[in-house]
Amino acid sequence: MKSTAHDFKARARRALGDAALRRAMAKAEGGFVAKRQAAVAALPEWKELCAAAREIKEHTLQNLDFYLERFERQCEARGGHVHWAETPAEARAIVVEICRAAGARRITKGKSMVGEEIAINGALEEAGFEVLETDLGEYIIQLAKEPPSHIIAPAVHKTKDQITELFHAHHAKLGLTERVTEVPAIVNEARTVLRKGFLAADVGITGANFVIAETGSTVIVTNEGNGDLTNTLPRVHIVTTGIDKVVPTLEDANSLLRVLARSATGQEMSCYTTFSTGPRRAADRDGPEEFHVVLIDNGRSRMLGNEFRPMLRCIRCGACMNHCPVYQAVGGHAYGWVYVGPMGSVLTPLMVGLDEARDLPNACTLNGRCQEMCPMGIPLPELLRDLRTRVFEEGLDPPRARLALRLWAYLARRPNLYRWATELGVATLGWLGRRRGRFASLPLAGGWTRARDLPAPAGETFQSAWMRSRGDAR
Amino acid sequence: MTDPVPTPTRPRVALLITCLVDTMRPGIGFAAVKLLEAAGCEVEVPTPQTCCGQPAYNSGDAADARALARRMIEIFDGYDYVVAPSGSCGGMLKEHYPKLFAADAQWSERARALAARTHELMSFLVDVRGFEQVPGVRFEARATYHDSCAGLREMGVREQPRRLLASVSGLRIEEMKDRGVCCGFGGTFCVKYPAISERLVSDKVACACGTGADTLLGGDLGCLMNIAGRAQREGRELHVYHAAEVLAGMAAEVAPIGEARASVAPAPKPAA
Amino acid sequence: MSGARERILASVRHSLQRDEPLAESIAAGLEARLTEPRPNALPALAEEGLAACFTTKLTAAGGRVSRAADVVQLAILISAHLSEFQCGRQLLVAPDPWLNSVPWSNELSVERRAATGDDRVSVAMAFAGIAETGTAVLLSSPDNPTTLNFLPEDHIVVLPETRLVRYLEDAWARLRAEFDEMPRTVNLISGPSKTADVEQTLQVGAHGPRRLHVVLVRDA
Repeated sequence: MKSTAHDFKARARRALGDAALRRAMAKAEGGFVAKRQAAVAALPEWKELCAAAREIKEHTLQNLDFYLERFERQCEARGGHVHWAETPAEARAIVVEICRAAGARRITKGKSMVGEEIAINGALEEAGFEVLETDLGEYIIQLAKEPPSHIIAPAVHKTKDQITELFHAHHAKLGLTERVTEVPAIVNEARTVLRKGFLAADVGITGANFVIAETGSTVIVTNEGNGDLTNTLPRVHIVTTGIDKVVPTLEDANSLLRVLARSATGQEMSCYTTFSTGPRRAADRDGPEEFHVVLIDNGRSRMLGNEFRPMLRCIRCGACMNHCPVYQAVGGHAYGWVYVGPMGSVLTPLMVGLDEARDLPNACTLNGRCQEMCPMGIPLPELLRDLRTRVFEEGLDPPRARLALRLWAYLARRPNLYRWATELGVATLGWLGRRRGRFASLPLAGGWTRARDLPAPAGETFQSAWMRSRGDAR
Repeated sequence: MTDPVPTPTRPRVALLITCLVDTMRPGIGFAAVKLLEAAGCEVEVPTPQTCCGQPAYNSGDAADARALARRMIEIFDGYDYVVAPSGSCGGMLKEHYPKLFAADAQWSERARALAARTHELMSFLVDVRGFEQVPGVRFEARATYHDSCAGLREMGVREQPRRLLASVSGLRIEEMKDRGVCCGFGGTFCVKYPAISERLVSDKVACACGTGADTLLGGDLGCLMNIAGRAQREGRELHVYHAAEVLAGMAAEVAPIGEARASVAPAPKPAA
Repeated sequence: MSGARERILASVRHSLQRDEPLAESIAAGLEARLTEPRPNALPALAEEGLAACFTTKLTAAGGRVSRAADVVQLAILISAHLSEFQCGRQLLVAPDPWLNSVPWSNELSVERRAATGDDRVSVAMAFAGIAETGTAVLLSSPDNPTTLNFLPEDHIVVLPETRLVRYLEDAWARLRAEFDEMPRTVNLISGPSKTADVEQTLQVGAHGPRRLHVVLVRDA
């Protein structure tokens, strides 16, 4: 997906004025937050399970080469094909080639964030294939020609009415001319339309929540059943996944599954958790004839060696964005790329470039709720600050802001000058604001006064009043 | 949050005044001194203190942040405790100074030693000094309480202010919806992303007023100025004070944040 | 593409500050971890009794659980399901030999094969049932084609009570004991298909089956 992260401020401002988005996000927040809270409250061992999950990931990352090689060996021993792609371009070429070699025409897709990361749909369509998204949320945004706005619920920004209109516009040509306004009817219509697609597909592409070194299996965690129809019916099953998804054993996958479902949707288990290992066996009556796994790096191996390694623990549950007040206010599209909210603000600059995505780590109050909710204990605010440090070191931040901060630091190192400047400043402002006690506007303070009044200072600093009071006492 | 070492009977406490309190509302500093003295502490205010370096730190300027941090570590050396009327500045010393010097053997030790002695005001009074009630203070108000994010998540401040405020007669605290959700101040965030900050703070004001309260209390001046400024812009009746001002019995004599007749609280007579 | 493989692994090793693959001793430790997998931390079960726990969990997720004493009762329960939900008279039953002894009602037309888009209701055989989460474990095989689990509207799963286990970890242990290798597909099914993609409103019956009915059979 092509990044528009550089456009964050403008998109955020537009999003803030979007009443339909606000309604949709409020619903989503209520749902995700409450469900997660209930699931966590119902599990006395929550912290212990999170700690176990975190340890598994840390152990795996520390031995990533070993586990990747083992996964490859096991997968190929079961008749699967493992491909390696350093860049999105390489990954696209691999997938297109597999589809071409299979003589495919129609492709169904289960939800894959990595698929978005490598912009696979566009490449497939350009190569002449028909691509059908089958996750309901992904299908909705495919119709709307929009990118996903949440990693679990890609169409969370859409209201029911908007979905009704989309279906009405696109399904009429399929003979479905009635406007469906209620949720059961909407879902039913999607079921009918997509069922044909499932049955007609030559290739099915899914992502993987985990890939298991012990058995060479890939795992998907879904509720709709679309992932399973995608990985079972077509002749060819392709899995696109990041190299950070590998876990050692089936038991390790269980530990991660326990925290993933609860963090993401508040469920103890999703409806369908499916382990796929190789193509159909000789005597099987169904299943794909070919099984391909495309392991994608795209900067992950580099992150392994620097301060951003903790980000590789991410299991893509979405809890961070569900609890982020900035994400809740502006929605996912403002972030301009695949990954949104706090985890997106860390990954996007690392994957598409610091200069391009400079706003993302800055558009954060560092309130820390994301880290509190993260089952993998990823220190998101710290990583965002680390990105700000890199931006500063590369001189990418706006010169005026930089200057103001350096001036403040200059003053702060010189206590006499600091006290003189602050005393003068507050005396002036205190005098100017003495009548109302606040300013509705003030030169140089436009950023503040645009949205709120600025309380006037008392007129004397604490330090000078304190020293005065000590002087009086003698 | 309790100190592992037994607390001295009359500890020497250095007040970390914080640049916001110093410049914008010094009365909070006097309130803090009064409370600390009532809790049996000997309070000093080291003169050379300026800024803890948080603005530089959060903007990615690690070099300036370290320079300011080293100053502060030296300035606050030798006291039994360092107490700040702020979760945010306290958190900078407690959580982040050790991280700033993680790679520096000499300063790392000093930073950790300072962090171990650093506290937010109200959690210090309750958890360390066992000081849970303010005697003879009256403040008639229907209030709600705002937890600052840094106070909550970096300094463990949550129940302590409420316990102290429960001893103020005439004061009723109603908890608001979405406690624990950021008010949108975030230091430089509120001026770098004013539109988003506006949404967050107006949501916070709505939650506060939604309790039926006409007063809001909290432990971090940045948050409080943000909320007060927004409430006033919206024409809402919401009087905002720092909890320390109420606890020290000073709130009645001084205008709420951002309202007229703001004045420096009269300098209290120093303890004999 | 082997170029990319080598580059990626080299980049991984470089990041881990190792220029060569792992030392023998460490690799041996990792091997042991793989060949003798052990469960990590496990939560306590919500209630006593595997069948009770399984039933509570699956019912809460929108599935139905019934109990049959034997294959005769099983057949009756399945006929009742077909009547209740007006599924018609065609029944697709997994070719699993265990199901050969079920006395299907004469009124039903039973076929034993993989599923197509036209099949309304299927009967599949579970490998195990997990009490912790109310999950049916189904393995793909010639006897239990995966399409039975996803194409029909009604999915009926036969689960002998002796196949109930406490945790998913226990199911893996059984799988490793009874088979040499993983099948193509292991489905962990914990409810009928659902979605909340429209305004967070939970809707049952997305793309997979609208109804999941697990029948616990006592005498298997």
